[in-house]
Amino acid sequence: MSGVPMVAYLLLGLLLFSIGVLGVVIRRSPIVIFMCIELMLNAVNLTVLTFARYLPQNIGRERAHVAVAGEMLVIFVMAVAAAEVAVGLGIIMAIFRLRDSTDIDQMNVLRG
Amino acid sequence: MNPNLIVFCVLATLTVFAAVGVVFFPNAVRSALSLVATFALLSVLYLTLNANLLAWTQLLVYAGAIMVLFLFVIMVLNLRSQPALDDRRDPKRLIGAVLGAAFVGLIGAQVFTPLFSTSDSILAPKDYGQPQAIGMALFTDYGYPFEAVSVLLLVGIVGSILLAKRRLR
Repeated sequence: MSGVPMVAYLLLGLLLFSIGVLGVVIRRSPIVIFMCIELMLNAVNLTVLTFARYLPQNIGRERAHVAVAGEMLVIFVMAVAAAEVAVGLGIIMAIFRLRDSTDIDQMNVLRG
Repeated sequence: MNPNLIVFCVLATLTVFAAVGVVFFPNAVRSALSLVATFALLSVLYLTLNANLLAWTQLLVYAGAIMVLFLFVIMVLNLRSQPALDDRRDPKRLIGAVLGAAFVGLIGAQVFTPLFSTSDSILAPKDYGQPQAIGMALFTDYGYPFEAVSVLLLVGIVGSILLAKRRLR
């Protein structure tokens, strides 16, 4: 958007990422921790898209493939996030079935 | 103060409040719904960055598919409301706040001072963020990563089924 400095988008990305880090540290429910990880991934996506849109050397007819690179990265991050959520929630279901609790502080052994 | 900046500030404030809601709602379902709001607002922000296709992808994949998965698991597990940290004197809360503030300060000090110089956006190319350009790039230059991601998704599907199924004895 013209008139909005790049720093504003980057600051928003930094705030979202930090909120995600905070959530991972202070929450105990593994599902909420997963949601905070998704939040961090989205903050990174926002930052990547900002750089793809704003950096002046990216824009121009002959360098158009460089401008697309940022969007490609975001697409692949989204795909990896989807796979990660599917596997992670499967693990949480398996742990819950085994121990009947989802407190992250009690999951401190690797074996079942 | 131009109108674009005002719109951005409103969107950014709403996004940050929704993200804070994800962390601080004690109920997991409310956290999830707050995360849906965050994703929807982020997709509007992607639209302001001229990334049209990715904005709709964000809505479909995150606010649609991933959040349905989250809500489904929350309701299957029937999670009781778990407060952020039960014990007020738990040192993790303080440590988390201090680490978060230090993180913001560290990255902010490294990144933002040089970036204040490059301020305004340039006019985007005509097909920036359009499906044609992204599709061309995805199936030509990025064909190998595309195939690798498809294999990854297949492995993820099989792995999650294997993890979540009941053990038959």
